[in-house]
Amino acid sequence: MSFKPLKTVTSRTLVLQPANIDTDQIMPAKFLSMTTKAGLGEHVFANLRYDAQGELTDHELNSEEGKACEILVAGHNFGCGSSREHAPWGLTDYGFRVVISSEIADIFKGNSLKNGLLPIIIDKRAHQWLLDNPGADVTVDLENCEVRLPRNGGTYNFEVDAFSRHCLMEGVDEMGYLAAQDDAIAAYEDERV
Amino acid sequence: MSKTLFDKVWTRHVVVPETSAHPATLYIDLHLIHEVTSPQAFTVLRERGLKVRRPDRTLATIDHSTPTLINADGSRPYVTEQAEKQVETLLANTEEYGIETHGWDSDNRGIVHVMGPELGATQPGMTIVCGDSHTSTHGAFGAIAFGIGTTQVGHVLANQCILMRKPKTMAIHVNGELGKGVTPKDVILAIIAKIGVGGGTGYALEYRGNVFEEMSMDGRMTVCNMSIEAGARCGMIAPDETTFSYLKDRKFTPENYDAACADWASLATDEGAVFDKEVHLRAEDITPMVTYGTHPGMGISIEAAIPAAADETDQGALDYMQLKAGEKIAGTHVNKVFIGSCTNSRMEDLRAAAAIFKNRKVAKSVTAIIVPGSVLIKARAEDEGLDKIFIAAGAQWREAGCSMCLGMNGDIGAPGDLVVSTSNRNFMGRQGPGVRTVLASPETAAATAIAGVITDPRNVETAA
Repeated sequence: MSFKPLKTVTSRTLVLQPANIDTDQIMPAKFLSMTTKAGLGEHVFANLRYDAQGELTDHELNSEEGKACEILVAGHNFGCGSSREHAPWGLTDYGFRVVISSEIADIFKGNSLKNGLLPIIIDKRAHQWLLDNPGADVTVDLENCEVRLPRNGGTYNFEVDAFSRHCLMEGVDEMGYLAAQDDAIAAYEDERV
Repeated sequence: MSKTLFDKVWTRHVVVPETSAHPATLYIDLHLIHEVTSPQAFTVLRERGLKVRRPDRTLATIDHSTPTLINADGSRPYVTEQAEKQVETLLANTEEYGIETHGWDSDNRGIVHVMGPELGATQPGMTIVCGDSHTSTHGAFGAIAFGIGTTQVGHVLANQCILMRKPKTMAIHVNGELGKGVTPKDVILAIIAKIGVGGGTGYALEYRGNVFEEMSMDGRMTVCNMSIEAGARCGMIAPDETTFSYLKDRKFTPENYDAACADWASLATDEGAVFDKEVHLRAEDITPMVTYGTHPGMGISIEAAIPAAADETDQGALDYMQLKAGEKIAGTHVNKVFIGSCTNSRMEDLRAAAAIFKNRKVAKSVTAIIVPGSVLIKARAEDEGLDKIFIAAGAQWREAGCSMCLGMNGDIGAPGDLVVSTSNRNFMGRQGPGVRTVLASPETAAATAIAGVITDPRNVETAA
């Protein structure tokens, strides 16, 4: 379950303006009956990308430019609701490596970090600039925890948990780290459980 | 030093403390699993040749993809072959790894958050996780309980631990006397409306005050269940005599029960303990609540007019709901009523609904579906004759499961339908493409089913 290491991403942004985009919108429940992760990118934001007849809409997510975007910018409180990891699985399978908002829900944030998708909570001013400039060429530098906006947009720092940053930059998940604590877990069980 | 309930339970479970370099390793006492968020985790175990560390601390059931109807020949009408395969995958995985599973033949099968407490597996002072955001329900017993993703389901299966940084704490005080017809669901909808759909992000909530002290366990579970709808991964209530009498004589109840209760009683927040944030509501200000938008924070009193949209997102929500600012939501025509879900499918919910349905008929224009939270609740409701009341009223009495809360099993509305639902999320398309959801209490849902329009349950007389 390792993923491609993430150090610097430079990409055009795809912007979804609404606040409170929930994980039901990111990955509708009818796609949760899969027993694998394969192909979920096809279903991500299905209600925006397909009409009632199942035909592709002209939403940017269906365009060639959209599909080339690695940075998703979304309204406040992105990823609220259900804990379904199918949401970040779908976003990464689609091709996103970074999601930027002014607030990102806790469970979604944790799930993203475990799948090579960097969730960035950014300063409100930078967030507004990004919402106002869809399609901007933005650089996300995880090494320096910086988002660099083009033109007069400026450079903004963001915070990321040191451990998660390490996992993302090395492309490793947490299972190995936990397994290495086996002795401590066994000692805890002897004493407390 | 004075400590909060959350701090006390957290401290008991730290295997490796957090530092600036890494999060804490937190021991998990109870891991609940279901068919939707576990298959990929079992795949990882297999790929890496790992065992389930504590099958004795893992409990499984099937709830999300399960049909709530049975065909005449006894077979089950799965919505897709994939849904059936998902249920069978869970049953095969738990058999292979020796995990206690409440499948089709168990009297305790049901919504995972109804099952845990019913079995007495949910206990004060525990850490409880499940690949399901409504795991916050179990906080009603004074446990730290929260939803996790599938990667962490794998971590817990293999290591019985998760990595987590300690969240901040928020106390939510509700004191005073709730009015007649004002239910725990109304209390939590009022709280979410006050703090906002993201207001709890980064916090563990503790519900405090006489309103929660006087509430039944069913009601406390309704409140804690929706903590996540304010963005909080977990919400807790201090364990007390109500908790202890609920848990007495259940399957997993500890043997030395008095000693266990004495320990649990010591978990309550100490006087003088400091929370990172405190919020106060007056019980007298809370009325029956309904949502009018597309997230659970968009809730108002059933008597109130729909507020003006603050921004484009809010206006988009009103447009989706086909509702207008300034108008009252009461009186709006509805197509379906759903009573069920991990929020409101317990005995108290069904009894409250039945008191309104009794000797009345569901409006001709409305389809009413009632889905008990577990096989056990279904049987108890039938022992009390509640099923007969529902059926005589013209409502459908279904098999236990998550059903129309998220519609994974095919129980959904038609595009454009307005559904009054006792569940927890009114997101766009959650109950089917184009379906409009209004969240409410079982009482409001039942009164609405009878009238055919959104109705204040306080205006309906109930049988004594």
